[in-house]
Amino acid sequence: MAKTDEYPVIWLQGAGCSGCSVSVLNTESPTIKNLLIDEVIPGKHISLKFHPTVMAGQGEAAIEAMEETHRKGGYLVVVEGAISKDSAYGAIGEEDGKPVSIFNRLASLAEKAIAVIALGTCASFGGIPAGSPNPSQCLSVSQALKSKNITTPVINVPGCAPHPDWFVGTVASILLLGLPKPEDLDDVGRPKAFYGKLIHENCPRRAYYDEKKFAKKLSEPGCLYELGCKGPVTYADCPLRLWNGGANWCVQSGGMCIGCVEPGFPDIVSPIYEKMIAEPAEKEV
Amino acid sequence: MGRIVIDPITRIEGHLKIEAVVENGVVKDARSSGTLFRGIELILRGRDPRDAQRITQRICGVCPTSHSTAATLNLDSAFGIANKIPDNGRILRNLILGAAHIADHILHFYHLAALDYVDVAKVANYEGNNLALKSIKSFIERGELAPFVPRYEGDYRLPEDVNLQAVAHYAEAFNMRRKAQEMLSIFGGKMPHNMTIVPGGVTEVPTVDKIASFLWRLNELRDFIDSVYIPDVLAVAGVYRDYFEIGQGCGNLLSYGSYELDGKEADLTKRARLFKQGVVSADLKLEKLDLTKITEEVKHSWYADGTSGRKPTEGKTEPQPAKEAAYSWVKSPRYDGKVYEVGPLARMVATYVSGNPMVKSLVDSTLAKFNASPAALFSVLGRHAARALGTKYIADSMPAWLLELKPGEPVYVEYELPEEAHGMGLVDAARGALGHWIEIKDRKIANYQCVVPSTWNASPRDDKGQPGPIEQAIMGTRIKDEANPVEIVRIVRSFDPCLACAIHLITPKGRSLGEFRVS
Repeated sequence: MAKTDEYPVIWLQGAGCSGCSVSVLNTESPTIKNLLIDEVIPGKHISLKFHPTVMAGQGEAAIEAMEETHRKGGYLVVVEGAISKDSAYGAIGEEDGKPVSIFNRLASLAEKAIAVIALGTCASFGGIPAGSPNPSQCLSVSQALKSKNITTPVINVPGCAPHPDWFVGTVASILLLGLPKPEDLDDVGRPKAFYGKLIHENCPRRAYYDEKKFAKKLSEPGCLYELGCKGPVTYADCPLRLWNGGANWCVQSGGMCIGCVEPGFPDIVSPIYEKMIAEPAEKEV
Repeated sequence: MGRIVIDPITRIEGHLKIEAVVENGVVKDARSSGTLFRGIELILRGRDPRDAQRITQRICGVCPTSHSTAATLNLDSAFGIANKIPDNGRILRNLILGAAHIADHILHFYHLAALDYVDVAKVANYEGNNLALKSIKSFIERGELAPFVPRYEGDYRLPEDVNLQAVAHYAEAFNMRRKAQEMLSIFGGKMPHNMTIVPGGVTEVPTVDKIASFLWRLNELRDFIDSVYIPDVLAVAGVYRDYFEIGQGCGNLLSYGSYELDGKEADLTKRARLFKQGVVSADLKLEKLDLTKITEEVKHSWYADGTSGRKPTEGKTEPQPAKEAAYSWVKSPRYDGKVYEVGPLARMVATYVSGNPMVKSLVDSTLAKFNASPAALFSVLGRHAARALGTKYIADSMPAWLLELKPGEPVYVEYELPEEAHGMGLVDAARGALGHWIEIKDRKIANYQCVVPSTWNASPRDDKGQPGPIEQAIMGTRIKDEANPVEIVRIVRSFDPCLACAIHLITPKGRSLGEFRVS
């Protein structure tokens, strides 16, 4: 049998909702079974050493699986959820009978990791728990690592939730080509392959905008800009990629874009159902 | 007697820790603690009330649809439009919620609970042609067994053929739950975090092609529920019959009911629903729900003592992480001062006791297979069976709703944002009774309180010292092998808690846990 290279992955959950995990379970091709069991790229297999929602083990053995991977090094860390600065607000597992804060777990794991994927908007930028007044003092993964002078590369894959393709594509790219080069990421650390263009640029309701045909109430056809759509300031490929196996996506369903992949979400897009103050800015292609 | 520590528990949603004391092989005491605080209720204050629907969904990525349902019912009532939602809007909301619950329950049984009963490692000996099993066999041969190992060893009892089939179904169920989320997105926009459920109705419109596309995904899921999911639950129950007696819990059940069958009744305690609302105890008598009897106690939670005993309408969230007597971020909701379990078991029993013919026949025929009385429902297997049968009840009700949709008719009604108002939204989420309460002042959120299912089930001791439902279900359980206390995790997971847990088992003479006392 040909040798398979194993790529160990440790998946941490901080201040989040597990929605990123659920979204990754929705991956279409490869399926989640392909990701867990099969060689996701020929000759390469992701070995999910720790994932709170999926793994069979629990207790000390689960923490030990994490620790053993940590000792060996050469693994990828995926973080879902924001990181509370205050250890009282979030802990996972124990050491010497004392809870270990998620912040400290992340710091020690990140030091020896090849890279950290900050999955979802909470991990990438703080997201919902960091919404004003940020009661649990949440940081993004980058902010948390920077505060401890840890320089391991961080790739932001935001979205509330992120599209499964954005995660799988980022991982596959690392397996095939290595870590992304600086020019592959935008100014907030997102892969340009997925976050390179405004929703507004490729929106199927764009023609309505150009003709100034605006929906006056929810559920109507027309551009949703006057009702608060944040597509004109949001960078993601949702209109082309579509969601849930192509079944639908936010603007198509009349639910509008709420800017969930952007730094500052949710405060920066609130009130969600009010028209934005600024006019949309076109980015050079 | 030995000291055992389990930390963390996996295959549940969120962050929860349970500590238990074992004496002579029996759990003498248990404590359940939520270990993560985000303060969503504090984040909501001062925001546009309409944004509550978007933000509260983010409480949970597994059950966001339930939160969006509770939030919109809450806002509908605050905006004075609870009885004005167009039928299309009401039905589409039901279909979206139904799709979410189907996805959730399949996920729970196969991907969260099943690995406590099913032995993936035995696939190493597989010689057949099932593609999923063959690929799992090569996975095992490569030697890196994460995430299926480590695990508790010792109590995998399924016969080889049943076990192999269950592993194949574990793989197939991934596709089925994904398909249910796709079905949800047809009317819900996307998942996780649907886009279309809003106060006033929904934003997506029904068309014939969407109805057909939804229907045929639903048909495939109904086949799976009938031919795979329910038979697998029964197969596990047949081999693990002792679990009809393990994890009984507090014996009191509470259901808010769910799936709106009547759009003209504004009062959520009077509205006709597919699942019945009410409280039931071991005597199997359904009593009408009296919302004024719900209080939240915080003596053992990290919140200011002055906020204890309040009704959700007057609820306050004042974190106090250093509080001495506390051991959880979860509050203790109580009904009439007593401990109540919520979830699929509660809503199925409420509906069963109300005399609903379909639910009665589903439950009675299942109990008959095991020569069991309804008392057996109060158990680990009772919860799994209620969840599976409840999934069928929902899925079988949905085709008729689809055909009631009227393409071209309204899905949404406009409203005025009130200067000041109060609202309430009640729904049975996948994991049980979910309530949202809002107070609006100056057209902004002045106060928002959520009492979520796992707050009921995973609650710590209340002000009177009564343990919460999961704590009670664990207490008294005999642990066969303290190195592999699988009984405890099976009990915890039967509640499908929406928190990530850490469970500690210690002996009374074990390590000190501060204020922890063994009675």
